[in-house]
Amino acid sequence: MADRKTLQADQISGHSGASPGLGMQRDLEVCKLIDTTTCIGCKACEVACVEWNDMPFQPTTFDNTYQTMPKTNWNFWNLIKFNEHQNADGTIQWLMRKDQCMHCADPGCLHACPADGAIVKYANGIVDFNQENCIGCEYCVSGCPFDIPRFNPMTKKVYKCTLCSDRVGQGLEPACIKACPTGCLKFGSKEDMSFIANERANQLRENFGFQNAGVYDPQSVGGTHVIYVLHDATDPERYGGLPKNPTIPWSYTVWKWLFKPVLGTFALFGFLGVLAHYVTSGPRMAQPEPPTKEETHG
Amino acid sequence: MASGAIESFDNKARREFESLGRTRVYRGELLRHPVYTRVLHWTVALFFFLALFTGFGIYLPWLFRWFTPFFGGGPLSRQMHPWFGLGFVFFFGLQVLNWLAPMLWTAADTKWMRNVHKIVSNEEKMDPPETGFFNAGQKVQFWEIVGGCIVFIITGAILWGGAKYFGGTAVAVSYVLHDISALIMLGGIFIHIYQSTFGEPGTFQAMIRGAVSEAWAWTFHPAWYKQVTGRDPVQACEEARRKMEGRR
Ligand code: HEM
Ligand code: SF4
Ligand code: SF4
Repeated sequence: MADRKTLQADQISGHSGASPGLGMQRDLEVCKLIDTTTCIGCKACEVACVEWNDMPFQPTTFDNTYQTMPKTNWNFWNLIKFNEHQNADGTIQWLMRKDQCMHCADPGCLHACPADGAIVKYANGIVDFNQENCIGCEYCVSGCPFDIPRFNPMTKKVYKCTLCSDRVGQGLEPACIKACPTGCLKFGSKEDMSFIANERANQLRENFGFQNAGVYDPQSVGGTHVIYVLHDATDPERYGGLPKNPTIPWSYTVWKWLFKPVLGTFALFGFLGVLAHYVTSGPRMAQPEPPTKEETHG
Repeated sequence: MASGAIESFDNKARREFESLGRTRVYRGELLRHPVYTRVLHWTVALFFFLALFTGFGIYLPWLFRWFTPFFGGGPLSRQMHPWFGLGFVFFFGLQVLNWLAPMLWTAADTKWMRNVHKIVSNEEKMDPPETGFFNAGQKVQFWEIVGGCIVFIITGAILWGGAKYFGGTAVAVSYVLHDISALIMLGGIFIHIYQSTFGEPGTFQAMIRGAVSEAWAWTFHPAWYKQVTGRDPVQACEEARRKMEGRR
């Protein structure tokens, strides 16, 4: 990281300002902040994502809502989830939530993946898939509490949001951030984003009457590198199924890291076992055995 | 009714395969396994090892990295594994129909199991007189594979369909059961291969040529020997011993 910082442009001749995203690498951990309260559902981020990642576009599905398609896809990593929520007092609220990989500090996908190097988590918090190492087993799909990785049936590999690791590595912000017109998307250090998010939640509680406003940064997966400001943090489910308490199945932690290698070794002991039997007891012969010599020992 | 249909299906298959290959039984030998049984056995074994070896690459890819290229790499291994598994289960299913009758558990098997340590330690030179066509150890191996196949089919289908059809929890549980089943079966196969080759010499030919020596039969499967020859196994063994000593 340090070497990158030394070569980061601070001033550029004949240029109106420094490069966008300057100072981004001040802190190791990056974070995307999504303020659902100021998202207008314009889908600029969806388009920016498809554009930057060079993905073949796919037809959208109209289902009488303001949502582009029912779910993210292998070539559509960023989806504004829409929900018309009815409050207790009968008023309604249009909830928009940008759905994409959360870049968990403790990523379930990575725990579930058996392939060497198919999923990496960088020191800055980005969780990235390396398709050249992926074997297409789709275990990551079941390990992810946010239902994010998507299988491409043509390449037999799995894809998801990279948090624009290619851009961030060059000191730029993710493409979706650059496209957002309302400033509801922000990108920076985890520390800064948490601070801004909490300030905004405070403001919502104190000045706008959203008593339950809060920040979504679930600690059950060690926190995430994508955080939300929600009008009502007590019920994240209403925002297109954001899990209240995301968890990783135990079979990907205990079984995989402990029992898999240990029991695999035990199975190989079967081989040593029969070898030992052959050496100590010897084979059982059809009777009568040819009486070649008298037994002289034992 | 159903068992009658199975019986006639198996009989037909045995007849057909007997015209494809043949089983030579020499003097002093007995017919053990017909062509149909042998073909099924080795087809099952082939698919088992194909599924096992492609499974290695999914079980611990970092350990079997050097190995997966034999199957065209990790992704291709992953693609082929379920098909090999299906082949294994399918042909073993035919073998189950073929072997159902001799594999049924009897009181003699329970008794055999209680004495298993004497057989493993080679203390008993001959199997107990009630041991029939298959001994209890072989039956355990057979039924373990039947149970394993059921686990493989159910959990395998869930892993094949994936979380998008069956949900994350089902996949997370299935893969552990799938692994455990494979480990048990692998451990069993080590013992099986050992017993049928080095452990009890004269057994291997039962699955190759289909015939075994009479001595092998009266030693390891006395009740079966009695059933097919009508002679008493212990007496036959004693006679052979006397002949052998006389010759010396
Ligand atoms: C190189 C590998 C193998 C060898 C040398 C081998 C050899 C044999 C032999 C000689 C028999 C006949 C035993 C008898 O007549 O009493 C037999 C039976 C049998 N084989 Fe195999 N086999 C092999 C692999 C497998 C595999 C992979 C499976 C299934 C997963 C399998 C399943 C069975 C079963 C269920 C029986 C009947 C019960 C028993 O004898 O245990 N075998 N095998
Ligand atoms: S949201 Fe899912 S895919 Fe993204 S890092 Fe977390 S577990 Fe992995
Ligand atoms: S499909 Fe997912 S879990 Fe499987 S190798 Fe690829 S990234 Fe890893």
